[in-house]
Amino acid sequence: MLLKTVFVRLLTTVITLFGVAVVVFVLVRVAPGNPIAMMLPPGATEKDIAALNAVYGFDKSLAEQFIIWLGGVLHGDFGTSITLRQPVAELVLGRLPATLELSSVALLLALALGGCVAVIGARKRGTGTEVGLDLTSGAVLSVPDFLWGLIFVLVFGVLWPVLSISGRVDPRIDIDFTTNFYIFEGLLRGRLDVVGSTLSHMLMPAMSLALPLAAMIAQLLKQNLKEALTQDYTTLARVRGFSETAVILREALRNAALPTLALVGVQFTFLIGGTVIVERLFAFEGLGNMAIDAVINRDLPLIQGIVLLFAALFTVINLLVDLSYTFLNPRLRHG
Amino acid sequence: MTAKTQLTRRGFIGASAALTALIATGAPVLAQSADSLTIAYNIPVQSWDPTTGPAAVNPALQSIYLAVFDRFIDQAPDLSFGPGLLTEWGFNDDKTKITMTVREGVKWHNGDDFTPEDVVWSLTRAANPEIGNPMQFVWSKIGNFSVEGNVITGDVFSFEPALFKWMAFLTAFVLPKTYYEEVGSEGFEKAPIGTGPYMVDAYEQGAYVRLKAFADYWGGAPEFDTVTIKFVTDAASRVAEIESGNVDVTSNMPYEEYDRLIAKDGLSGVAVPITDIGMIFLNDIDVMLDKNVRLAAHHAIDKQLIIDRLLRGYGVALSTLEVPGYAAYDDSIVVEYDPEKSKKLLAASGYSTDNPVTFTIQTTRGFKPKDYEMIQAIVGMWRKVGINAEIEVYEIAKHYELRASDTLAPAAFYNWGNSIGDPSTSTGFSMFGPSPHAVWDSPDLVEKIGPLFVEPDEDKRIQGYKDVSRYIAEEGYVIPILQYVMPIVYASTVNVVPYTSGDLLPQAMTKA
Repeated sequence: MLLKTVFVRLLTTVITLFGVAVVVFVLVRVAPGNPIAMMLPPGATEKDIAALNAVYGFDKSLAEQFIIWLGGVLHGDFGTSITLRQPVAELVLGRLPATLELSSVALLLALALGGCVAVIGARKRGTGTEVGLDLTSGAVLSVPDFLWGLIFVLVFGVLWPVLSISGRVDPRIDIDFTTNFYIFEGLLRGRLDVVGSTLSHMLMPAMSLALPLAAMIAQLLKQNLKEALTQDYTTLARVRGFSETAVILREALRNAALPTLALVGVQFTFLIGGTVIVERLFAFEGLGNMAIDAVINRDLPLIQGIVLLFAALFTVINLLVDLSYTFLNPRLRHG
Repeated sequence: MTAKTQLTRRGFIGASAALTALIATGAPVLAQSADSLTIAYNIPVQSWDPTTGPAAVNPALQSIYLAVFDRFIDQAPDLSFGPGLLTEWGFNDDKTKITMTVREGVKWHNGDDFTPEDVVWSLTRAANPEIGNPMQFVWSKIGNFSVEGNVITGDVFSFEPALFKWMAFLTAFVLPKTYYEEVGSEGFEKAPIGTGPYMVDAYEQGAYVRLKAFADYWGGAPEFDTVTIKFVTDAASRVAEIESGNVDVTSNMPYEEYDRLIAKDGLSGVAVPITDIGMIFLNDIDVMLDKNVRLAAHHAIDKQLIIDRLLRGYGVALSTLEVPGYAAYDDSIVVEYDPEKSKKLLAASGYSTDNPVTFTIQTTRGFKPKDYEMIQAIVGMWRKVGINAEIEVYEIAKHYELRASDTLAPAAFYNWGNSIGDPSTSTGFSMFGPSPHAVWDSPDLVEKIGPLFVEPDEDKRIQGYKDVSRYIAEEGYVIPILQYVMPIVYASTVNVVPYTSGDLLPQAMTKA
């Protein structure tokens, strides 16, 4: 049953990615802004313009361009960036670890913060504390991530400069890692200087991304916890002498977490999408920052590569969430 | 159970303390140490080949290229030209040959000797259409080089009066022949070397470049041993970086922030006019074919008011596409602010505030300081005299596309840079119809500007451009607005030399 589900989902993933590839390819070409027009010298003649178009393959028909590009993609060749003059696959995969680490840290922060607030809210249900936490969650949710970023920059970057404002790591540190997963590889290699510097640079952007998600998690999880706390099994736990906190943590949380997991899965993809603006603000060299530069410069091969990778990420994450949900939910697992 | 809970708490507190300590090790350190300098730069290096691709013609990237590479000819802060890797240069009398003397005693960053062959190879490569040098049309005008000692001679295929100014401009960098042929273009991107004052020590694409002073630099080693250039594209983040002391120098922030920052202890600033102008292209279509409308639109704009109110006084009002310091600047050409004259001109064509002339003006929003706001103000001024303009906002990429296909709206805001100050690269290419960058395409201008592109008599050429500028102002073919001012903020422990070209060169920075 599970294998069949995985097979069907993988098949739909491939179809989805192909659809995305077609749409992106067409959209970036019909969208306003021509990369050749952006690099024309003042004295360029029609012949020069035609030559430049030929150099970048824009002299061919849209269908021909797509077939050439798709043929390359199937062989792992996503083309060469017009502005960065390097293979797109190399560039995109080089930046992916930064965005994945940022998103993962943001997710962990959101889970920790949202979880704590939900548990406290459930524990203090019906009191002024719960109302206060609800109001705070609402306020946090209403502020977009980039605005949190600006607030953090002002507070922890300027007024009380304890965190790094821009970049991913201190430029003075020499890094000769095999991968671009600075935290992961830094821990494996015992390079705590790299890990510390990366975390110091990552904390503000990660918090900016995490806060709205944390507020969402807090609200949903608290609601589910409150419902669970009215169930018989939690009443039984109380009768057995468990404290209210223990009832929440040991009995209610397990069941209440399931709907939250589904939300987290969906929101994680949005969180990765949110890195585009936040990475720009913090000059964090991830995929999002690269995507903005690619769009500004109309670097068509790079835009295509980034969008396709984002699409692949989204579908894979959704697949994993669905599978984990199926696996964790006994009714679905045995259904 | 109690013991377990206590242990967990202890563990939690311990883990938190460890994490805090770990993050603290990475806490920001104030930028300035004795021999190092940190700059927050507004655009990342896209490629390390300064002669090919779009990056090569991006004016904002030239500062970083100039730290690593040298041009054939050097340019001083005031736009004047001086010896670079060439110490002497010139045409022969009949302009059929060029002679260039190559500087001796220059080293590449890898220790190799710099030779005349490097110059010849760089020029030949730049002229090769397959290489993708965006300025190939200039470099292809010379060739057939021969070397004797440290003197290079070459043939002139097509006379270009500004050839030697181009040698201090975009893509005019000398690259190492032997090394480049050895490592190839990909290898060069990964480990670029030049003859410039700094060597690339570490580079993280999109994040930073760390430069080390080149002890053997022919112009003397620069003052700071290490320069870190962080690419911080967001202006608010650059402001925060300089304010927090994380960086020593930054530029291109909003003028409000500039004024606020330089008032703070420990920070200084300089704001100088640069070779970048804000202008409104007029297209030879629709109502713009009416000279009265064009001139009325120009006379109705109070440029100084815009500079004072929107740009806090940072700007220089202009009447032509030549600015003070350019070879063909003529301060006697003035298109004065005169709204009453605008009304009369419009009335002569049957327009009034009750029956306004209508057209679209295109502009970017946020691409240049207060671009959209400036156009809003201009549209407001126009409305008072009988011009009803509708604003259309587009991205700069769209502007390039429309301009290249000659499909811009009747009016379109743009900024034009010209760091060599030659009239051919300002009035010339922006107003000469066949150029893909020109918008006004009338034959009278083609007739007037065309011969100037090949005029061998320099005095006659410059005077020709002055005459063209006057003619353009009288006909109202374009609306120059202002010369931009670039704000630079720096720690008071650093001296910064501003360049009129807009360059921000680390080698020109010294300890205060």
